[in-house]
Amino acid sequence: MMRFLPWAYLLVAFVFIYLPVGVLVLFSFQSGGLPVPPFNGPSLRWYETILSDPDLMGALRNSLIVALGSSAVAVTLGFLAAYGLARHILPGSALMRGLLIAPLTVSYLIVGLGLLIVLTRTGLGLSLWTAAIGHVVINLPLAFAIIYASMGAQQQNAERAARDLGASEMKVIVLITVPMLLPSIAAAFFLSVTLSWDEFIISFLLTRFDVTLPVEIWSLLRSGLSPQLNAIGSFVFLISVAVVLLLELVVFRRTRP
Amino acid sequence: MSRIQSRFQGWGLVAPALLWTTAFFVVPFVVMAAMSFASLEGRTLVWGFSFENYARLLEKAYLWRAIIVSLEITLTVTAVSVLLAYPLAWIIAFRVPQRWQRLALLLAILPFWTSYVVRSYAWLLVLAREGVVNQTMLALGLISDPITLANTRFATITGFVHFFVMLLTLTIYANLIQLPPNYRRAAMDLGANAFQTFRHVILPLTLPGIVTGAFLTFVLCIGDYVTPQILGGNTELTVPQVIMVQLGRRADFPLASALAIVLMGIVALAYLTSSRWLRLDRI
Repeated sequence: MMRFLPWAYLLVAFVFIYLPVGVLVLFSFQSGGLPVPPFNGPSLRWYETILSDPDLMGALRNSLIVALGSSAVAVTLGFLAAYGLARHILPGSALMRGLLIAPLTVSYLIVGLGLLIVLTRTGLGLSLWTAAIGHVVINLPLAFAIIYASMGAQQQNAERAARDLGASEMKVIVLITVPMLLPSIAAAFFLSVTLSWDEFIISFLLTRFDVTLPVEIWSLLRSGLSPQLNAIGSFVFLISVAVVLLLELVVFRRTRP
Repeated sequence: MSRIQSRFQGWGLVAPALLWTTAFFVVPFVVMAAMSFASLEGRTLVWGFSFENYARLLEKAYLWRAIIVSLEITLTVTAVSVLLAYPLAWIIAFRVPQRWQRLALLLAILPFWTSYVVRSYAWLLVLAREGVVNQTMLALGLISDPITLANTRFATITGFVHFFVMLLTLTIYANLIQLPPNYRRAAMDLGANAFQTFRHVILPLTLPGIVTGAFLTFVLCIGDYVTPQILGGNTELTVPQVIMVQLGRRADFPLASALAIVLMGIVALAYLTSSRWLRLDRI
């Protein structure tokens, strides 16, 4: 009896963890109009609906642009700051590190609220750009922390050697530091893309007409349960899983000993 | 390279990130804090230094109720998630054979990558009146009429627990796997039974990991708007929901700011109570 208890627990836990995802994916193939039992299908009609929906596909494109753009900015700024703080002795460096990490301690809602107040007060208005600015704010601390933590003495020696041989600071960064830190730079970039891609509240507060995918899904939710939502949800889930598995196989395999 | 030149170069490298964080985080945050002391007269904003908004939090029942509701939900979610995740992490770490562990862990956290809004929607499907749970229980004869599961506090807590069980399983597993196996063997050799080994050896050693995970759960849960909004119905509101109501039709930014500051105060309090055991650098 006691021997089977752990396995029973494991089974129940996995049922709990997979119940919503299973129901989501199963009823995305529903051919009727409601995503609840009884299941009739399988049918791909809801996938056709979402793929030919210009609003959803526009939102998908917007999400990609915001995720890739904001992550590129966050990783670039984070890398430069990490390099500056790790390689130069600056007064107040502990304070600067603290300031760069600070946005991590505050919930996304508060980051979005602050930006919303300033943007509406100054009359700058809201757009996809303002959402991207918010995403850089939340991803910069992570990118900085990840890259800063991976800067060690072995790169520093290679950088010194390059400098002694006459390389300019720019050349040292591009030819020595970036290639040596590539695994952690890539990790920071992909983490940042994942978080931005899925982020809702900042995008919701800071976009107006052009919205990101989570915001578009949110507005579809107001009209109640629909297999269309199942289809878009499953579609996004399968893409994310594919990306995660790809990263596991390609990027992180090499960094493991 | 001279010292002075190096310092200028260093500043130049750090400056863009510092400017970004200052312009788009520090300044908005300070403005928001100042806003919480401003007041609305009709529709015009009057800057000043009044505690009016904070006083309203104590006077108006729907405001302080929201703080209580948020705290009740968050504390329940944190406790239940830890209690469910610990055995799961334990089983994966010590019962599942070594070569299957990575796979078991990956499977346990895979639904993490469902989109955050979609995850709550999926629970709505599961818990709806015509949903899978009700239909199954009806078919099994456990109930004779569908019961209300969606749009309740129970639904909100279920949605949250689902997410945080995955997160905590990951952090607690990472902790358990770092324990040297000799500690358990030594305790057993010295005559401790399985429970005593757990109580006096494993639990104290994994406590920092548990507290760190629980703190993370607390912070993410109390600041979340989506899950209670989709799953909770509108019978009781959490603090983030009330903040969004203020931003929407009422456009009461001062009150929203005061609520945001209170939310931060609660998180700071949680940090101070758990800081003895927190290892935030090890997340």
